[in-house]
Amino acid sequence: MTSILFYMFASLLIGSSLFVVLNRNPIYSVVMLVFAFANLAALYFLLEAYFIGILQILVYAGAIMVLFLFVVMLLNVGPDRARPQWAAMDRWWFGGMVGVVGLTLLALVTRGMGPLRSSAADIDDGFGEIAPLATDLFSRYLLPFETAALLLTVALIGTVFLAKRRI
Amino acid sequence: MVVPIHHVIAIAAILFTIGVMGVLFRRNAIIVFMSVEIMLNAVNLAFVGFSRFHGNIDGQIFVFFIMTLAAAEVAVGLAIIISLFRNLSTTDISEINRLKY
Repeated sequence: MTSILFYMFASLLIGSSLFVVLNRNPIYSVVMLVFAFANLAALYFLLEAYFIGILQILVYAGAIMVLFLFVVMLLNVGPDRARPQWAAMDRWWFGGMVGVVGLTLLALVTRGMGPLRSSAADIDDGFGEIAPLATDLFSRYLLPFETAALLLTVALIGTVFLAKRRI
Repeated sequence: MVVPIHHVIAIAAILFTIGVMGVLFRRNAIIVFMSVEIMLNAVNLAFVGFSRFHGNIDGQIFVFFIMTLAAAEVAVGLAIIISLFRNLSTTDISEINRLKY
């Protein structure tokens, strides 16, 4: 049952990500990306990363995508017009090459994974909930945690500086 | 949990490839940015998968930091796109070529 759910959410995730990349209307792309991130959160829940799953919904599907939606509506970006540059052959060449390399990597990964542990390890009760994460975050990872706070402050100031017309 | 780990990694790899294709093919800067987000999330999925399969919480902590970084990056990147649009009134990356000459 869990695996059926996993594959269902995974195919929805891949389908909606493809839609994001292939669709020509930015608004539809943003909405489908929200849907994709919700599916990704479901995958996190199934992989027993509950706190990360909730963060995915709150931070990504909530805050970040609302920011994207705001910018798309603020700039009033319409659908892509005719695509003269899409015919540029070098781009297709490069993209095709990346696609082939990516799929080759994929094949190598899926075939060569034999010696890696393919069944899950035993986990303690409460794995992936807030308590064990918070314990590590405030002991072993305290310095990176505070650095992340500093980074967010810098990003806040930088954003105001960049987006404001006159300071 | 019955899903083998290479399926998780395969999904992450497909997602990453979709993101790369979006960055290469789309010309709208906002869509390109969204494709970068897809790539970040593919990496996060691989981290969470490995964390689960090794029974080690460190991968999830890494994902936590990546999310913080992504939030900061999105805010700054969208501010750059807004100021680009203000100066050039376009978000088409094939028309934004001032550093080229």
